[in-house]
Amino acid sequence: MKLELRGITKTFGALVANDHIDLTVQPGEIHCLLGENGAGKSTLMNILYGLYRADSGEILLDDVVQHFSGPGDAARAGIGMVHQHFMLIPVFTVAENVMLGHEESKFGFLDLPAARARVREISARFGFDVDPDALIEDLPVGVQQRVEIIKALSREAKVLVFDEPTAVLTPQETDELMGIMKQLKDAGAAIVFITHKLREVREVADKITVIRLGKVVGEAKPTATNAELASLMVGRSIDLTIAKSKVKAKEPALVVEGLTIHNAQGHVVVNNVSFQVRAGEILAVAGVQGNGQTELTEALLGLQDRVMGTIDLDGKSIRHLPIHKVLAEGVGFIPEDRQEDALIAEFSIAENLMLDRADGEPFVRHGALQLAYRTKFATDKVKEFDVRAQGIDEVVGSLSGGNQQKVVLARELSRTLRLFVAAQPTRGLDVGSIEFVHERIVATRDAGVPVIVVSTELDEVLALADRIAVMYEGRIVGIVSGDTPRDVLGLMMAGELPAGTKLAA
Amino acid sequence: MSAVTATSPVASGTAAGELKVSYKTPITLGIFALLGVILLVVFGRNGTSVFNFTASNAGAIQLPVVSMPGHLTGVVIAILGVLLALGSGLMARFQRRTPLWYITIFAVVLVTGFLVWASTGIPHELHVTGLLVGALGLSAPLIFGSLGGVLSERVGVTNIAIEGQLLAGAFVSAVTATITHSIIAGILAAAVAGVLVSFVLAVFAIKYVVNQVIIGVVLNTLVAGLTTFLYQQVLLNNIGALNNPPVLKQLPIPGLSVIPIIGPLLFDQNVIVYFMYVAVAGVTIGLFRTRWGLRLRAVGEHPQAADTVGINVGRTRFWNVALAGAIVGVGGSYFTLGNIGPFGANMTNGAGYIALAAVIFGGWHPIRATLASLLFGFATNLGSVLGSIQSPVPNDFLLMLPYVVTIFAVAGFVGRVRGPAAAGRPYIKS
Amino acid sequence: MSAELPATVPIAETATKLADPKFDLTGGEAPPEPPAPRAIVALREALNGSVVLTILAVFVALVVGAILIASTNTDVQTAAGYFLARPGDTLAAIWQSVAGAYIAIFRGGVYDFTASNFGTGIASILNSLGFATPLIAAGLGIAVGFRSGVFNIGGTGMILVAAACAGWVGFAVSLPPGIHMIVAVLAGLVGGGFWAFLVGFLKARTGAHEVIVTIMLNYIALYLIDYLLNSPVLRDPSSNAPVSPSEKPTAVFFHLLGPSYSLNFGFILVIGATIFCWWLLGRSSLGFKFRAVGENPRAARVAGIHLNRMYIYVMVISGVLVGFAGVYQVLGQITTGFDRGIDAGIGFTAITVALLGRSRPWGVFAAGILFGILQAGSYTMQADQGVNVNVLPVIQSVIVLFLAAPPLVRAIFRLPDPDRRRARAMSKKAVVAK
Repeated sequence: MKLELRGITKTFGALVANDHIDLTVQPGEIHCLLGENGAGKSTLMNILYGLYRADSGEILLDDVVQHFSGPGDAARAGIGMVHQHFMLIPVFTVAENVMLGHEESKFGFLDLPAARARVREISARFGFDVDPDALIEDLPVGVQQRVEIIKALSREAKVLVFDEPTAVLTPQETDELMGIMKQLKDAGAAIVFITHKLREVREVADKITVIRLGKVVGEAKPTATNAELASLMVGRSIDLTIAKSKVKAKEPALVVEGLTIHNAQGHVVVNNVSFQVRAGEILAVAGVQGNGQTELTEALLGLQDRVMGTIDLDGKSIRHLPIHKVLAEGVGFIPEDRQEDALIAEFSIAENLMLDRADGEPFVRHGALQLAYRTKFATDKVKEFDVRAQGIDEVVGSLSGGNQQKVVLARELSRTLRLFVAAQPTRGLDVGSIEFVHERIVATRDAGVPVIVVSTELDEVLALADRIAVMYEGRIVGIVSGDTPRDVLGLMMAGELPAGTKLAA
Repeated sequence: MSAVTATSPVASGTAAGELKVSYKTPITLGIFALLGVILLVVFGRNGTSVFNFTASNAGAIQLPVVSMPGHLTGVVIAILGVLLALGSGLMARFQRRTPLWYITIFAVVLVTGFLVWASTGIPHELHVTGLLVGALGLSAPLIFGSLGGVLSERVGVTNIAIEGQLLAGAFVSAVTATITHSIIAGILAAAVAGVLVSFVLAVFAIKYVVNQVIIGVVLNTLVAGLTTFLYQQVLLNNIGALNNPPVLKQLPIPGLSVIPIIGPLLFDQNVIVYFMYVAVAGVTIGLFRTRWGLRLRAVGEHPQAADTVGINVGRTRFWNVALAGAIVGVGGSYFTLGNIGPFGANMTNGAGYIALAAVIFGGWHPIRATLASLLFGFATNLGSVLGSIQSPVPNDFLLMLPYVVTIFAVAGFVGRVRGPAAAGRPYIKS
Repeated sequence: MSAELPATVPIAETATKLADPKFDLTGGEAPPEPPAPRAIVALREALNGSVVLTILAVFVALVVGAILIASTNTDVQTAAGYFLARPGDTLAAIWQSVAGAYIAIFRGGVYDFTASNFGTGIASILNSLGFATPLIAAGLGIAVGFRSGVFNIGGTGMILVAAACAGWVGFAVSLPPGIHMIVAVLAGLVGGGFWAFLVGFLKARTGAHEVIVTIMLNYIALYLIDYLLNSPVLRDPSSNAPVSPSEKPTAVFFHLLGPSYSLNFGFILVIGATIFCWWLLGRSSLGFKFRAVGENPRAARVAGIHLNRMYIYVMVISGVLVGFAGVYQVLGQITTGFDRGIDAGIGFTAITVALLGRSRPWGVFAAGILFGILQAGSYTMQADQGVNVNVLPVIQSVIVLFLAAPPLVRAIFRLPDPDRRRARAMSKKAVVAK
């Protein structure tokens, strides 16, 4: 089935998420939609899938104009989607998830045997090993994704959309997924593959369309070089490197030994991790999302409950301290999910700036807020960190992502720090803000503070790191120097330590 | 494929086979068994306990009156309770969960022990069948209420308004049945009344995205105020014309109704109770075996996933909340048509909140919620029965029981309850 | 930027920002509006501000009440019987029934202009302040909970326990005047605080949801008080009914304006409580943390705020404030001995008061006085006009229903939607953030 999008436009308020996008995908073709986070790829696909309605433009399947009023229509028309966040019901079995929405009944009762048979049949066709009666919540992420694929195929999807499918996968799983996509392509499906990872694009794509700021900015052949694709994607040659002075070797400030973390279900998510960070250096923690980095940073802050091992800062254990004591020890923290974990959207900039200092001087005296001090402080910080806002009383919820992150930075860096932990500090930010954040992180390092930066973006890791710890399945595969080649880091992110790699720990 | 299973990070632990059976159930049973030992053995009362099993309406069939030595029987039952608790421990030891029927037996044994203890040494006999029949009568509206609660919460709308729906059903059924002289019309009108309350709940919860607890609480106040106002202002002045409904007759089912104990208890009831059996079965089968139930549960667990496969979340929620209202409304008619007849101000007296407790205590499962309702109805009736036979147990504490066990349940002391993931969360498409 | 499942609308938000729902179903799709001149913008903001919406919600509720009053009025019904012959009669009867009822509410709740002198006439509003006192206190308690993201619907239980504690000290203990009152008040506050502490403790320790726990504790308190009222602890031995003995005069709140007016010292205390809440929520470190927890518990936790401790503090403060309502009931309102009905529905009405006051201390104060006036007036209405007082809960709940859904009020009065621009800003934010 041929898919054609013509002049798709979608605005959210003042923001134009999609601006007259045209796209044609032939059957038996893998068409990559390449673009940065926030470029408008997912919006486009949500329009295609009937989740959003386009302001203008049309969708054609085999040259017939389609009018989708909901995902049901899209599915019936033969469009299947493998969502970035799996659309599976955790307490249902595989078969129930696959049949949901197009259930077959016998005498009014669900025909579960038929659904099971369907799961087995499709699994067999693609060599999956999926138990139809397993509960989704008991399945590993990779298997859940296969259930998503089975779900789409069971509805006879001829156009398959993969929305950032590799974000949660290990390199091996990614390779397997690529294989599946090629198999599907050979079976005649038209495939749209959304990603921002260049390697994957060049591996499977037959055609590449690059989107930037909601517009199609170009098409490319899979033979294009990384640099060509990247410059199309971001609109300039990516040069994230910033001027950094050499590390002044100092004593280790943060020493982590044998750190093991269990999650609420009792599974090991960080497994016997040991590392040190010296004062005045940046240790970058690289790895595919979900390999224990989040839990690791949270454990440093005291946000994790089931932690074993030692965490010493300047010779003093901070492992058993409650969060406010860890903060009082001089640990600054930028959480991964700034909107959920770092900011209170309904609070003003001024209020957010004192969020973690509501316990004593200078913001609080005798249990009462010192509003005059707060105003002065906030006014200063807004200026210093170039927060673009109408005033210090504006609620942070109405700020742009970049300005929100500046508020977080301003708050964390305005304390006297002895350790600075930044998790995904530039995720979803515009280029200008990224530069600003990077400069601040390096400045903090230069001031002699040990810094940990967690990032899933290799570019960021390479731009900032003095040393790099690569995590895989809760372990540190190795700690290498900041100038380690990308391909070595890539292998390490897949859990392999190439022979002869020089370790730097 | 096995490779994938093995390589996934967090997953390696998640895979099946690691399912651990918790010792919570045996420990809880153990605690209750211990309490039983303390009550029945240590504080055992001397004298005889007399159980009378004959139903008041049994007619020809007379069952023997059982006299038991209180202390000895208590000791036997206490030992039985301890053995059952140990049995549950053994099951956990061998990685098996204690089944529901086992817990039910345990509960029956201990409750029997308690009854023996409470009725020992007092000059009255304990009419067991009467106790059970009365308990079922008190449970009936609770069961309807909890079924409605289960449906509503399973589809993702928190329903605090069960009380209001019951009260609306009771009021409307009494008035309608009086005016039309038709009990059936009364019951149908009760269902409609429940649906109307549900409509308000659904519109505010789904369309206006108002906090569902707030609407529930406000709806209860609204219905209570409205029915009391109309009762005081209108019904009291026109009792004959507006509040004098006929009462449903018992419909003994031939053959079944003569079975000792069970017969009068289950098969000599009125139409509403028979409908209740159908409703419990229907909701249970419907929820877990039909397309309707699958979609309903999907919407309550993960509305966006349901949306992406073409299920209209808002519509599914709206109509199922309405259906829940209809079921609860019928339960409301039991207060009037199924029991005493005329409507009285605030006659539901908190039954809706007990039903809510039953929903939670029953883990959002229709059968377990029904059992919980039966337990709560039993406790309430036991309170009044023991009070009337001058037992030493203060009935206020029995009346408290449903609320106390529900707090224990939500606090996780008695098994862990997990509600539908999206209950109470509005679903907004971008 | 896939369609994320929106989180629950936090309770605090619903409670405090009923007027600006973030989740406008149509807002994101609104066509661009031309920039409006300043004056028009100002007018529109005023029109759609929470004050106007509140007034409109109250108005709608009064209309609903009027419909109830008129339709159940026997004169109206009689006149409607020959409506086609003389429609004027019906209209006149409707007007008479409604006007009569609402004028009676004014006379009983604000100022009785039929009274022989000012002194008697003004007794109405003073009486209303007496009814308002427990509503304000309990409303403040609920509001502190709302602002902290904790939904306390256990007012009934806390009032009962507090009333029993204060009442017991009031009739069973002998102390000098003044001191006796203080001890009784403190006992009641401790009782209410303790009952609420149970909720906070369970929430903090086990994660038990406070809505369920508070509902259940209401009934547990009811049966507990019932039991005690039937036992020598609380029961007046000289009474046949389960009622406590009269409070000793040394414990009772003294009258502020002499014995002819019911207004007593409790009202002064509740003004103090309002000032305290204003300071707590707006000016104190603890209140800052409460609000942080209420708006975004995850961020509050990361910022080092101890969530579980906050939940316990919030509940205890909430329980103490609500408990004061119970104290007032036994020491200020019904001093001749209390029974299981001493709560008088305040526990649930307080939720309405908190919502109407948008969980702001002075808003709650005003809402409490409005409800006090309605309550005092409704007794006069029942006595004079034969309209049952239970029309009041109907009016109160309709107010809250309409307050909770501003789009509904706007639809009724055809007001423009001020949230469109805001909603667009929000969706822009969402897009950028992904």
